[in-house]
Amino acid sequence: MFGVVKQKMLRLSLTQIRPAVSALRSYSSAAKQMTVREALNSALDEEMSADPKVFLMGEEVGEYQGAYKISKGLLEKYGPERVLDTPITEAGFAGIGVGAAYYGLKPVVEFMTFNFSMQAIDHIINSAAKSNYMSAGQMSVPIVFRGPNGAAAGVGAQHSQCYASWYASCPGLKVLMPYSSEDARGLLKAAIRDPDPVVFLENELLYGESFPVSDEFLDSSFCLPIGKAKIERVGKDVTITAFSKMVGHALKAAEILEKDGIDAEVINLRSIRPLDRSTISASIRKTNRLITVEEGFPQHGVGAEICASVVEESFAYLDAPVERIAGADVPMPYAANLERMAVPQVEDIVRAAKRACYRSEPLAAVA
Amino acid sequence: MALSQLLSSSSRSGNRLKSLSSAISLRHPISTDTTPITVETSVPFTSHQCEVPSRTVQTNAKELLTFFRDMALMRRMEIAADSLYKAKLIRGFCHLYDGQEAVAVGMEAAITKKDSIITAYRDHCTFIARGGTLLEVFAELMGRQAGCSRGKGGSMHFYKKDSNFYGGHGIVGAQVPLGCGLAFAQKYCKDEAVTFALYGDGAANQGQLFEALNISALWDLPAILVCENNHYGMGTAEWRAAKSPAYYKRGDYVPGLKVDGMDVLAVKQACTFAKEHALKNGPIILEMDTYRYHGHSMSDPGSTYRTRDEITGVRQERDPVERIRKLILSHDLATEKELKDTEKEVRKEVDDAIAQAKENPVPDSSELFTNVYAKGLGVESFGADRKEVRATLP
Repeated sequence: MFGVVKQKMLRLSLTQIRPAVSALRSYSSAAKQMTVREALNSALDEEMSADPKVFLMGEEVGEYQGAYKISKGLLEKYGPERVLDTPITEAGFAGIGVGAAYYGLKPVVEFMTFNFSMQAIDHIINSAAKSNYMSAGQMSVPIVFRGPNGAAAGVGAQHSQCYASWYASCPGLKVLMPYSSEDARGLLKAAIRDPDPVVFLENELLYGESFPVSDEFLDSSFCLPIGKAKIERVGKDVTITAFSKMVGHALKAAEILEKDGIDAEVINLRSIRPLDRSTISASIRKTNRLITVEEGFPQHGVGAEICASVVEESFAYLDAPVERIAGADVPMPYAANLERMAVPQVEDIVRAAKRACYRSEPLAAVA
Repeated sequence: MALSQLLSSSSRSGNRLKSLSSAISLRHPISTDTTPITVETSVPFTSHQCEVPSRTVQTNAKELLTFFRDMALMRRMEIAADSLYKAKLIRGFCHLYDGQEAVAVGMEAAITKKDSIITAYRDHCTFIARGGTLLEVFAELMGRQAGCSRGKGGSMHFYKKDSNFYGGHGIVGAQVPLGCGLAFAQKYCKDEAVTFALYGDGAANQGQLFEALNISALWDLPAILVCENNHYGMGTAEWRAAKSPAYYKRGDYVPGLKVDGMDVLAVKQACTFAKEHALKNGPIILEMDTYRYHGHSMSDPGSTYRTRDEITGVRQERDPVERIRKLILSHDLATEKELKDTEKEVRKEVDDAIAQAKENPVPDSSELFTNVYAKGLGVESFGADRKEVRATLP
């Protein structure tokens, strides 16, 4: 609280706070609310204001105000030298971003979706992630690659992949995945301030969702630590790990499970790399049961890493086999009914939790 | 006039100078004479979409003798690396630059350390030109602590950020967008400096190069793309890889210059021209017509796709070190013996550095886990057997 008061006395912070405050929707007696989109916009705005080395680059980030309006107003405020519209050439502009980071600038490179990051993945992995190591510390790369990741609605196979496990497997990268507005704002600020390359995976369907926010959140110095998960719901019977949109599903599943007498602990990972193994471990040692939830493909996914990690570290504490809920092992179909089957639903999480608690319903016929 | 008087006086007082120099322990008697000498480049420049720089170049004794020494040092260093590789003291990849020395040396003479250079994996000599030491080179090649990347990078990953040398990149073509990014940053910071992004004839066909060039031209970035055309992308001759091997023209709307890359003065002239151009008008391409005597790397004999006659032909007709030797001798700037002495000194420097590097220890085991991040956040990392080897990243 003291930090908040001190910040407010600085003239600079007033202009930084203004964008966040203006994005508020405050109700007479309810807590303040902010959408994820507004949270991201305010984080970008404040970090660009605080550090002239920060600039934003990507397709349609400037004049179009952002393909998903995340960068709305930034071109007008910071000018075309700091908010740059690029041609549709991911390999080129991602490489240019990394080169600028080598020189000491702090680029925020937006991919319209992370599906297109595959065009630039060599620069993310070989030019950015590994440089500090290969140069024994001479070449740090303070870059953020951000954009929507994973499934949207009805966009088909080439536009729906989740890249969390691909990027999180690479040493030298940090991979963050916000869920709430608090996550979005705090983690993006942390990412921009971090001296290492950060892959910041957002979710298109969450951009419009509103979350309650605290006063601390609104301060320009607000920042969340990288590498720390958040326990969204404390419980004692089963641990459910989730990230991004699936956190919402997990919380809904927990409500349903509560009615059946199962008290689920929901962990919002926030940071996929580094993974907060100690929070997960402590939770397992309390509940003795694990369900991992993710949207992406199941094989070699984030859940696979968490399950292996828990089995290695806390085998004696497990009372049930570890369970993974993930996207279906197929390219994303278009038809709405098939798409629904390809992405985890709340009932999938509920069913798995019941299985882990030995309370499952009889198995349906297997296809 | 003054030059010949100076030289004759130095030979008369030669003995006195010699004892003086050994007393002061001068390592090399390079002339400090900066009287301008005018030389013509071997061939005129050819241009695309821009005017042609003059083929008349101003130089002086000091510069020419420095060029000779620097190129002789690089030549010796690369040949020594060849022997070390065959002795299995260098492992993995080793891409040698002998034959191409004039590009590294001529470029450096045209610019300052405020300008940036980025190149691919044939980077040993570029690193030296930017101020790196022989010890750092040999220690890195042999995977020792005193290496420029503390033994963690290897041949393809030399860096010297304090001299604005950004590596050292193993992925063909990746360094070009990175270099355009450096140019972007220089413009952003209003540094009035340029970036030279070097690539080979093999990389010249990479899509990302054209993507980066497009953006550089749109945003007027001070980027100079330098194609070191040694005519072979690994084992593939340029005419088999490029529909148009006129690399200096491949920029289309971006101007280009074709340069004799074996003529250090032509390289210097072209780079001076390019820097001025880039600061005012944005990107430009320089195609350096050069040649590598070795194969693509140490695992390539370099003779399956080209004839030995071709290699010896270039060595006889166009060798960059020999060209400067002839120039120095024809202008009476030094005697043959003095040049041979320089070569002996350089050889000794290289041998001393190798001896020192051989004594240098390998990195400590704890270095496996250092520099993964600039800010490790106390995160845990694992060795092959995670129950056995774990570390907290600093």
